[in-house]
Amino acid sequence: MKTTGDLKTKPMYLNIGPNHPAMHGTLRVLVEIDGETIVSSIAEMGYLHRGFEKHCEHGTYTQVIPYTDRLNYISPLMNNVGFCMAVEKLIGCEIPERVQTIRLIICELSRITDHLVCIGTNVVDIGALTNFWYYFNAREKIYDFIEKICGARLTTNYTRIGGLMRDFHSGAAPELRAIMKEVFRATKEVRTLLEKNKIFIDRTAGVAPFTGEEAKDLGFTGPCLRAAGVPYDVRKAQPYMGYETYDFDIPIGESGDTYDRFLVRFEEINQSCRLIEQALDRLKPGPIMTNDRRVALPPKSEVYTNIEALMNHFKLIFEGVRPPPGEVYSATEAANGELGFYIVSDGSTNPYRVKCRPPCFPLYAAYPLMINGGMIADAIAVLGSINIIAGELDR
Amino acid sequence: MGKVIDIFKARWVGSVLDSHENYGDETILVKREDLFFILQFAKEDLDLHFDLLMDVCGVDYLGQTPRFEVVYHLYSVSKNHRIRIKVRVPEEDCWVPSCVSLWRAADWFERETWDMVGIRFEGHPNLKRVLLFEEFQGHPLRKDYPINKRQKIPEPLEQP
Repeated sequence: MKTTGDLKTKPMYLNIGPNHPAMHGTLRVLVEIDGETIVSSIAEMGYLHRGFEKHCEHGTYTQVIPYTDRLNYISPLMNNVGFCMAVEKLIGCEIPERVQTIRLIICELSRITDHLVCIGTNVVDIGALTNFWYYFNAREKIYDFIEKICGARLTTNYTRIGGLMRDFHSGAAPELRAIMKEVFRATKEVRTLLEKNKIFIDRTAGVAPFTGEEAKDLGFTGPCLRAAGVPYDVRKAQPYMGYETYDFDIPIGESGDTYDRFLVRFEEINQSCRLIEQALDRLKPGPIMTNDRRVALPPKSEVYTNIEALMNHFKLIFEGVRPPPGEVYSATEAANGELGFYIVSDGSTNPYRVKCRPPCFPLYAAYPLMINGGMIADAIAVLGSINIIAGELDR
Repeated sequence: MGKVIDIFKARWVGSVLDSHENYGDETILVKREDLFFILQFAKEDLDLHFDLLMDVCGVDYLGQTPRFEVVYHLYSVSKNHRIRIKVRVPEEDCWVPSCVSLWRAADWFERETWDMVGIRFEGHPNLKRVLLFEEFQGHPLRKDYPINKRQKIPEPLEQP
């Protein structure tokens, strides 16, 4: 038999995406393969670029909030909160207790849905469909709840600068507790199916590992950084919305491989359930909008009886919120890492510049490094585990 | 807190042109000539130890001179502090040194800044557009780029 040593070989190029079900949205990667092994690769993005930042400059601050739904469309509530917090930091208005608690609950709910989708679809990509159904049943319950609080499943637009669009419906707390039980059970089932599963471990353990130093160098945040053993979480490091008063843990991994990224996400779901339980215990009746007249509409009784309130109302409706000139960077811990909003204000009603720091941007930038030298099938497993959301990546 | 800008101001006398702590965000404006060394100092100094490059972006202040500003957001995991480093860039000489050699995360952030605002990063290994297509004319986040301007998407290349 002849060996390939006598034959000429040349590299083969394979285009994965942008229209490929495993490429989660609109990502493209061009790989050079030798057999099934990836020799080198180039990642491309931008297929979902909609000019978020340019649009922001041409609307009022309140008009930006619906755009933020479309950033990370798996956890839109968290983006609403992130942007509103940045503007509130710029204005410096006090946020009522109940708003803080509700925001914390919806943030953790979004974190759960994000992780459920990430793990669910990721294991489908590597051939385990059952888990997907367990998780999507639980996710559906959460989406029903989100629909009840704001009328939409995805385009939530739930927060307002200085408060919320509307309050929770009556009976929301027992409903949420039941959902948390459901999520907890689903996670338990999926973990039982996967965690000690030989096939699953073979597919994920040791695939695309990262040391903590490498992960920091590449700008990772969120579960991918924590899987590499760096315990950085904005909720603990620089707490906001009263996270410092809650009792929760930050799970960290050791080797930073795909398996650890799974485990970190599994545990974060449980920790989010814990946070929601605690927040529900603290949820007291109260206003859902700040009293600050720079951002909040005055009550109707005042608008009809006094001229200042009437003018205030018109100014806010016709012109919008008017923060002082300045610049601000506000970071929140989104499901996938640090979500930062850098806002420059020139004192007018339109933001002068809004820069969104999406957590998956550095992750996708490092994607070629992760897959080089591995198999094509691993590339798909890795892509799911870093949870790239094209809406947020391309903005 | 409040000590990070003091460290910079003490070490880089004359290079730090301006600083503020508005809204609790510590910010310094530095000279472009010293930008790379200041970033290197920020990363390597043991008291600062900024090991995470969070963000790089450009802002267009149309009508001011110098026109552009490049903004770096750094964070230190071990020290748990942040800094914003800004540098002004004139329109006719529109470049800043690349910091890919300090943080690999800078690679795509700098490409995005080039793509969106049109600031060249000298020494960048692969300064190509990242969000838009190669044939795109202009830089959309410049203030003189109209929001409703449309461009034709080029014909796809022939497959070899």
